[in-house]
Order: sequence, then C-alpha cells, then structure tokens
Amino acid sequence: MNVTVIQERKRKEMSNLTEIRWHGRGGQGAKTAALLLADVAFQTGKYVQGFPEYGPERMGAPITAYNRISDTKIRVHSNIYDPQYVVVVDESLLETVDVTSGLKKDGAILVNTQRTKEEILPHLKGYEGEVYLIDAYKVSMATMGRYFPNTPLLAAIVKVAGIMDEETFLREMRASFSHKFASKPEVIDGNMAALKMAFQEVR
Amino acid sequence: MATDISKLGVKAKWRDLTEGMVVAGAGTSREFNTGEWSANKPVFIEDKCKQCLLCAPVCPDSSIPVKDMKRGAFDYEHCKGCGICVKACPFGAITMEGVK
Amino acid sequence: MAIALRQINPDVFPAFPITPSTEIPQYFASFVANGQVDTEFIPVESEHSSMSAAIGASAAGARSLTATSSCGMAYMWEELYIAASNRLPLALALVNRALSGPININCDHSDSMGARDSGWIQIYAENNQEAYDNMVQAYRISEHRDVRLPIMICQDGFITSHAVENIELLEDEEVKNFVGEYEPENYLLNPECPMAVGPYSITDYYMEAKRNQAEGMRNVSRVVLEVAKEYAALSGREYGLFEEYCLDDAETAMVIIGSAAGTAKDAVDKLRAAGEKVGLLKIRLYRPFPADEIAAALSHVKAIAVMDRAEGYTNHGGPLGADVMAALFRAKSDALAVNYIYGLGGRDVRVEDAEGVFATLKQMIKDGDAGETYRYLGIRE
Repeated sequence: MNVTVIQERKRKEMSNLTEIRWHGRGGQGAKTAALLLADVAFQTGKYVQGFPEYGPERMGAPITAYNRISDTKIRVHSNIYDPQYVVVVDESLLETVDVTSGLKKDGAILVNTQRTKEEILPHLKGYEGEVYLIDAYKVSMATMGRYFPNTPLLAAIVKVAGIMDEETFLREMRASFSHKFASKPEVIDGNMAALKMAFQEVR
Repeated sequence: MATDISKLGVKAKWRDLTEGMVVAGAGTSREFNTGEWSANKPVFIEDKCKQCLLCAPVCPDSSIPVKDMKRGAFDYEHCKGCGICVKACPFGAITMEGVK
Repeated sequence: MAIALRQINPDVFPAFPITPSTEIPQYFASFVANGQVDTEFIPVESEHSSMSAAIGASAAGARSLTATSSCGMAYMWEELYIAASNRLPLALALVNRALSGPININCDHSDSMGARDSGWIQIYAENNQEAYDNMVQAYRISEHRDVRLPIMICQDGFITSHAVENIELLEDEEVKNFVGEYEPENYLLNPECPMAVGPYSITDYYMEAKRNQAEGMRNVSRVVLEVAKEYAALSGREYGLFEEYCLDDAETAMVIIGSAAGTAKDAVDKLRAAGEKVGLLKIRLYRPFPADEIAAALSHVKAIAVMDRAEGYTNHGGPLGADVMAALFRAKSDALAVNYIYGLGGRDVRVEDAEGVFATLKQMIKDGDAGETYRYLGIRE
C-alpha cells in the first residue's frame, strides 16, 4: 500500500471516527449499553467496536466501557483515552473518577442526574465542552417500573452524538430487543418506551 | 488397514513407524515372541492331569490352549514362565524348575 | 468463534468453563439445546478431563474439540502432549489469558506460549474476523493426511473475545462444504479393524517416534498455505503464514502477535504519513515457526523490535524474541534487534506505545547499536 493511499484513508478515518467512553458501576448495565450501541450502529453499516475494561465482576465497583464507531475499518485495540463523548451512568462517580479525562473540548459529556446543569458543572473540573443531562431514574421508573439506567442512557447518547436518527434507532432496537428478550417478550415494550421517552428527556 | 507389525522391529527407521505409533488390526500381540523373555518354563505332566481346566483361565499370556474341553501343550512362544499355573494345579500336573 | 463451531458442527465437544473462554462452550451449549447442531456436548469436571475426553473422542473417530484459557490450559498440559504424539487432529479454541500470579484474568500469551513445544499447531488472530476465519480453516489443516496434528486457534482474551466488532460470516452450507467430513483411516470404533492407541515406547523407539511426529509438523506450512488459498477463493479474505504490513521498503519493523498488531498498524500509518519507513510483520502461524520465511521478509530491515506478550524469564527476552532472533542469526542477518515484553496481564497497548517503539528503533540505527536488547514496554520505572 503506498503512502498517499494511507494518508487519504487515515484522513477519512480521523474525520469519521466517533469514540465514546462509559463510566458506570458494576450491575448498572454500562457494558451492555456499550455492546448494544455497537450492535445498533453496526446495523446502519458502520464499523464498530464495543468493549468493556474487564476485571473481577464486582457489583457497585466503578467500571469503564468503550465504543468506537467509524465509516472505515477499525484496527486499533486499545482503550479510549481522548473520547469525543463521555457517558456517566452513575453521577456519584463524578466525585471519585476523573470522568472528563482526555474528553475533547468539541465533544460532550452526558450525565445521568436529577440535578440541574448549574449544580453539575462544578463537578466537571472546568470541562468546557457541551454538557447534557438526563434523569434516567425518572424515565426508567415511568416506563419499566424498575431502575435500569442503561436503556435511557443508550437512547440519550445516540441523540447527543448524532449516531443515527430516532426512527432508525428505534426500529433497529426493537429488532435487537426481540432477539435479546425472545424468552421474555413482555419487557420489550417497556424498554422501547424508555428509549422513546429518553429521546425527549435529554436536556 | 491393519498394521504390518513384522516391520516394526528395533531396526525400523523413523519413516517406517506408524503415525502416533498406533497399531491397527486385532490380535497382533500373537506376532510377538514374548516367550523368549524367560528361561524358566512350566512342564506339563499329562498323566497327572484330570482336565479340570483350572490352569487355563489364570494364565496371563493365554499360553494354555484349550480345545474340545481339554487343555493342550504349552505355547512356549508366549509363555513368560510366571508359574501361576503351577500354583493353580491341584494335581501336581504342572511343575517348573526353580519355581516351588 | 462459537458461530464458526456451530457451522462446523463437530461430533464431540467436552468443556469446562474458565474466563474468558467460557462464552464459547456457553453459546455452543445453547446451539446444542436448540438443536442447531448434533454435537455430543459433554460437561466435564475439569480441563484435565475435557482434553482427555476430546482425545478419546478423536481416537474413536470423531471430530472433536474443546475450549479453554490460562490455568485451564495449564491443567490439560499432560494431555496436550498426548494429543500431539498420538497424532490426533482435534482443535482447541484458546482464548489467551495470563497465568497466575499475581492472579489476573486479562490477556497475555503466557498460556499458549508455554505450550509452544507441545507439538500442537498454533495459529493466532488479530481480531474476531481472523479468529472466525482461522477456526473454519482449522480442521482442514489438522486433519490433512500429511499433517494429522492437533491445532490451537488462539485469540486475545477480552480484547477481542469480549468485544463487539464487525465480522463477515460465511453461509452455513459454505462452511460445511469447505470443512468436509472427517474420514480417518484408522479409528477405535472401526469394527473392521480394531486399533491400539497411545502405546508405551521404549528407548529403542522413542526418538524415531518423535522424528516421525516432527515430519507432520514439517508439512504444516505448506498445508496452511494450500488451505488459505482455497479459503480466499471462498471468502475473499487472504491469509498467509504471517502478514506483512508496509514491510516492502521498511527500514524499521515490529514483529508482533495478536490484537496489538491492529493498534500498531495505526501507528505505522501515522508514521508513514510523516515519511517514516516503518513496517510490521504479524505472526499468524507460530507453531511450526516459519523461520526462513520470516528472516527473508525482514532481510532488508535495519532495526527490528520483536514484541512478546509473555515473559520467558531467560534474562534475554520472551519466546517470540528467541525464535525471531534465531531465525535472523541463521539467515546471517546484520539487523539490530531488540525484544520487548509488553501487554502482560491485559496492560493496554496504545498507538502511542507502538510509535515509541519505532522511535527507539530509529535511534538504534542512528547509534548503530541496539543497546539493551531485553526491554519492558511502558513499565513504570
């Protein structure tokens, strides 16, 4: 392969690569959300990666998961240090984990919280990019009757990062849930309602 | 295809060994003259034998042939001279030099 | 990997779970339960048993395999040698993970590297696509009449095994036809011709038996290339003994195995864009080791970094380092070469890390000296 071709490809790759880092706690489904996001983005013809940073599985311990979404083939297999987007599944992590580490200024952070932007900003270590909030507890309780923060956050990050339009996303997610929850179809509607509501609830 | 074990002597070159040293085909141990592994052999005294056949099943090397409910002469090609048959015979019809 | 196995539809799959390989038998068990395969799935009580059962099944005439990682492989050590010396073409899906201790469940190559001398064929993958493609090709290589050796299909634990990535699958029917039926000449369950397996071999025979076994290994490279050619015609994806990336005119090069090769390729692109003549050689077939071919591919390179994701505790480097250095020595190479230990216990490897290695190689050429040839990458000093 000659150098011009590589440069051309690299330029294209850089402009189309979206990197997302998820911060959650064991048991909140951050890993599942990252894998689902990879799945659903794959359905739109993108090259994708979804992977967690693995360790002993400990309920409540801080965990990190990652997504790369690109128009061109992804070969890199390292963690993500300078993401465009960060998703904070559990806001208590704002105090213990450096969630904005390496986060690009022209990117955005999405935080699951009931608080206002003014209340959250002081916890973001002077991050200058865009800040989005969603009350995943409210969405989850209203639609599923139980607290599963990952489903609302999945919809919210798809909207914030502009990964795909709402209609395509909902269509692909329904197909995905139908497969995933084949043995318990009763949970599909709740999850779908959570996704729809989350699209409206992102602030 | 059954393995031709006549070609597997200690002079066999590596190319002539079977893959994984498998031996295909049944009853190939008959081809090995394990009888030469011992200088002591049992002696069958036919006059004393009542044909009770207690000796045949205890032989570890199947060296006491039985035909028409009667035992025959020892198969010295495979008998290793262990002497178990001597102990099994109630009539002293089998003796062995050096084994009491 | 599990999907490849479903498409292959092996006869017998004994398994004992261990992270991160657990999901392979786990998914496969659901294929069995759903009736998608007619494999005899045997949950056993240990890896010692899973490999023993796979060996027994293979000797009986069945196409068999198992899966494991790390300590699980360590526990089947004895059987690895038995499978190879009995010339049984079974497969092992190995998801690479560090060996204890300290206790660690993440990726490195210590497990399979330790088994490099066991007589198994070892093939490694950079990503899930390659792991799938390698698995589909596995039995064609191991069951080939000139080979008849067990085969280990390795992939990086978690980094690829637990990642969602794009992958192109072949149609079930295509895989079935490509892999074909297993038709051993001799097998235990053949009433026409019963067989003795696993004999005792006295000193008079042992060395000849080993030399006979080595002959199977000597045929592997040729068969791997033949099978790869056929696979390329089917899938459009080409494989060799190793992959050369931007190596033709490279002055510095990295020799590497597994997922970090992808990361390093991004570093190569970045440096090439800046005019640096850097390249990469990614090992696919590690056992047998294609020494002559690798030395030839590196013959024009001035400085080489051999990357080991396993310690060798030789005080001069890891296993891949030893193999590549020996290959270069035999080829009378005058290249400067160093051996890096990297990525142990899942330590992340970044594009920047790979760039740093190339910068070191460049400096070595400038200095005309390799300096310390046994190094750790990204260690906190």
